[in-house]
Amino acid sequence: MTATIISPDTIGAAPARRIVRPIPTTRLVKIELRKMFNTRSGFWMLVSIGVLSVMATGAVLIFAPDSEIAYENIAKAIGFPMSVILPMIAILGVTSEWSQRSGLTTFTLVPSRGRVIGAKAFATFVVGVVSMAVAFAVGAVGNLLGSTIMGLDTVWDVSLAAAAQSLLGNLVGMAIGFTLGVVLRNSAAAIVGYFVVSFVLPGILVLLAQVRSWFADLQPWIDWNYTQVELFEGATNTGKAWAMLGSTTMISIVIPLVVGLLFLRRSEVK
Amino acid sequence: MITVESLTRRYAGFTAVDNVSFTAMPGRVTGFLGPNGAGKSTTMRVMVGLTVPTSGTATINGERFADLPNPGLEVGVLLDASAQHAGRTGREILTIASDTMGLPRTRVDEMIELVSLTPTEAKRRVRNYSLGMRQRLGIATALLGDPQVLILDEPANGLDPAGIRWMRDLLTGFASQGGTVLLSSHLLHEIEVIADDLVVIGNGKIVASGTKEELLAAAGTIVRSTSPRDLAHALEQAGIPSTLAGDGSVRTDADPARVGAVALTAGIALTELRSAEGAGLEDMFLSLTADTQREGVAA
Repeated sequence: MTATIISPDTIGAAPARRIVRPIPTTRLVKIELRKMFNTRSGFWMLVSIGVLSVMATGAVLIFAPDSEIAYENIAKAIGFPMSVILPMIAILGVTSEWSQRSGLTTFTLVPSRGRVIGAKAFATFVVGVVSMAVAFAVGAVGNLLGSTIMGLDTVWDVSLAAAAQSLLGNLVGMAIGFTLGVVLRNSAAAIVGYFVVSFVLPGILVLLAQVRSWFADLQPWIDWNYTQVELFEGATNTGKAWAMLGSTTMISIVIPLVVGLLFLRRSEVK
Repeated sequence: MITVESLTRRYAGFTAVDNVSFTAMPGRVTGFLGPNGAGKSTTMRVMVGLTVPTSGTATINGERFADLPNPGLEVGVLLDASAQHAGRTGREILTIASDTMGLPRTRVDEMIELVSLTPTEAKRRVRNYSLGMRQRLGIATALLGDPQVLILDEPANGLDPAGIRWMRDLLTGFASQGGTVLLSSHLLHEIEVIADDLVVIGNGKIVASGTKEELLAAAGTIVRSTSPRDLAHALEQAGIPSTLAGDGSVRTDADPARVGAVALTAGIALTELRSAEGAGLEDMFLSLTADTQREGVAA
C-alpha cells in the first residue's frame, strides 16, 4: 500500500501513506457556521435577520407617535422577529443532518457525533451573539437617524444590563430550538415542537396557574417562557429571578439535551 | 484492508446482519452481492460507524472507523448519493468535505473535473441533479481525500453507459495502485467484469465468498456438440454426471479439460467448450440466494 494515485487523471504521484492528524475543533466550528448559511433556506434566514431589523426599525419610526421614538421601543420591535428566526436557525442547524440526510457524509467524515453537535452548539451561540449585535446596531442607527430627521431628542433608554438580558433571552430561545433539534432530529417536527412549547404550552400553563393556586407559585420555576419574557423585559434582577431562570433552563434545556445527546450518539444515521 | 469479524446487527424482532465475517484485500476489488434487504447496506453502515453493531467488529487497516483521526483521508465512502442537503450546490458540498479534511480548495476543482461535472453543473443545487450526477458528486466526495480504501454502495446506479465504463476503469485503476475497493451492486454484469473477489450475502448471512474464479469455476462447464446425446452418454460412461439442457448444450460440474479429453476419446466433435462463467454469476447468485429471494426463483 504505497501509492495512492486514484486515476491517471489526477496529477502526479501522491506520497506514501501520509501522517493523518486529527481534525481540530476550531475547524469543525467554522464548517458548521458555513453549513448554517450555505443552503438556500439558511441564506434567506440570514438575509431576513438584516431585512427584518431594518423593517422593524422603519415601522417604529413611521407608525409610532413621536413620544414613543426611543431606543427601547425600536429594540423591542426588532426583538420580536429575531426571537422567532434565531431558534429556527438553531433547529435547522441540527435537524438538517437528518431531514436532508447530509449526516451520512458529516458523520462519516467526523465519526465523533458529540464533537459535531458541540461544534454546532458553539456555532449557534456565535450566530446568536452576532445577530443580536447587528440588530442592536441597526436599531441604534435607526434611532439616531429617525430622531434627527424628525427633529426629536434621541432617547437612549436601554441599559447595558437590559441589553445583556435581551441577548440572553434570545440565546435561551435558540437553546430551546437546539434542544428540540437534538431530541427530535427532524426539521418539521422540531419546528412544530418549537411553536408548541413557545406559544401553546405557555397558554396552558397560565390557564392552569389561574385555576389551581398551588400551581401559580410553581409556574415561574418550570415555565421557560415565563423566565424568557422576564429576560426580554429586563426584569431578571433578583437572586430569586435568576434561580427561576436556572430552574427552567435545567428542566427545559439541560435535562432533555443530555438525554437527547445520549440517544443521538447511538442512533442510526440513515 | 477491510476486516469484518462476526458482525451481527439485530433490530427488534429481526436480524439484519447475522455473524458476517469477510476481508476485502488491498489491491483487489471486492464485490458485495445480495438480494434486496439482505444486509449489504447495514453491513456497510456498520463499517463506517453510522450504525452500531449488536456484536462483532469491522476494522479498516486494523482500526475501528471511529478511531481514525481524519477518516476522509483514509476511507472514501459513498453509501447513498441522494443523501445530501438538496439546497446546497455540488461545489459547496465538496468544499465542506474538503475543508473538513483540511485539504486545499484546489482539490475541489480537481475532483469536479475528475468526475466530469461541468463547472455550471457544479454551481447548481443538488435538488436539480439527476441520479447520475448525484452519483458523480458522491464519488468525487469519496475520492477527495485521496484515500487507500473505498466503500461504495451501488455506485453505478443511475450512471450512463459511458459513466459505468469510466467508473469501472477508475476502480480497477485504484485497486491496481494497491487500494482496497469494496463495492456492492445489483448489476451482476458490472460486478463480474470488475470484481476480483466476491462476497455473497443472503438474509444477513454470508452464503459464499472467495475469488471470482473459485466461485465461478464451481459453476462448471458448458459443452456443445453436434450430437449432444452421445456426448452426455460418453460423459456418463466416464463417470461424469451431466445434464442435457433444452438448447442442446451439456452442463457438468467437471472442468473443461476433462470434458475435452472424454470427448476426444469418444471421438465426438465439439462445437463449443467453455467454463460456465459467462452466464455464471447470475446463475450462481440466484442459486446461492434461492432461499432468500423474494420471488422464490428456482435456480
